[in-house]
Amino acid sequence: MNYIKATDAALVQEYIQGNERALSTLINRHQQRIYSFIYSKVFDKDVSDDVFQDTFIKVINTLKKGKYNEEGKFLPWVMRIAHNLVIDHFRKNKRMPKFENHGDFNIFSVLSDGDLNIEKQIIKDQIESDVQELIKELPEDQLEVLTMRIYKDMSFKEISELTGVSINTALGRMRYALINLRKLIEKHNLILTN
Amino acid sequence: MKHLYTKPSKGEQLNKLNPKKETIQFLLNYSKALHITKHRQLSFEFILN
Repeated sequence: MNYIKATDAALVQEYIQGNERALSTLINRHQQRIYSFIYSKVFDKDVSDDVFQDTFIKVINTLKKGKYNEEGKFLPWVMRIAHNLVIDHFRKNKRMPKFENHGDFNIFSVLSDGDLNIEKQIIKDQIESDVQELIKELPEDQLEVLTMRIYKDMSFKEISELTGVSINTALGRMRYALINLRKLIEKHNLILTN
Repeated sequence: MKHLYTKPSKGEQLNKLNPKKETIQFLLNYSKALHITKHRQLSFEFILN
């Protein structure tokens, strides 16, 4: 078999049948594109290497388990795995933000007492009052669901029982309430951030 | 003017990145070592050195 000229699909079949050289060819053929894609998202070579490695571990496991069924679409499939792992990486970092020390360490830059200062409290009050005014512009059915969910902390099951609509309808109304709120925010040129 | 354009753009630089050789070697070794055996509806994974 001419590995250089072989298609991805042919190499995948070779690899599934136990030919390890086929995997080496596939990695060599696509490594630059996949690695560059990962790096363009994470901008860190070590993280990119980790994500690249995890991507191909998934590829190897799936192929060896015989679960691969996207013949002819090897690269888009690998890219999708890499994309999902990049998202996982950012989710993990969001849950556990790492502290980066830049020379002059100041403990107060990472610790806070948790209470809002007067300025932040005023901004928070202003945002809340703006949101309350915006909510009043929503259609009645959406206003009802949103108020129950956000301000009364009710579950969608409780909302559906109380309003006499199905859970899906309640979810739909909540979704449209949020979409409409975003539109109202844009319409009024409001900036609701602290 | 030509010399102003000799430096590759950031996009071009991004497209020429490669993983470490160790990473590739690890993957090839992992692949060689991994054996998956199926028994009825269960699959067992073995890493053999």
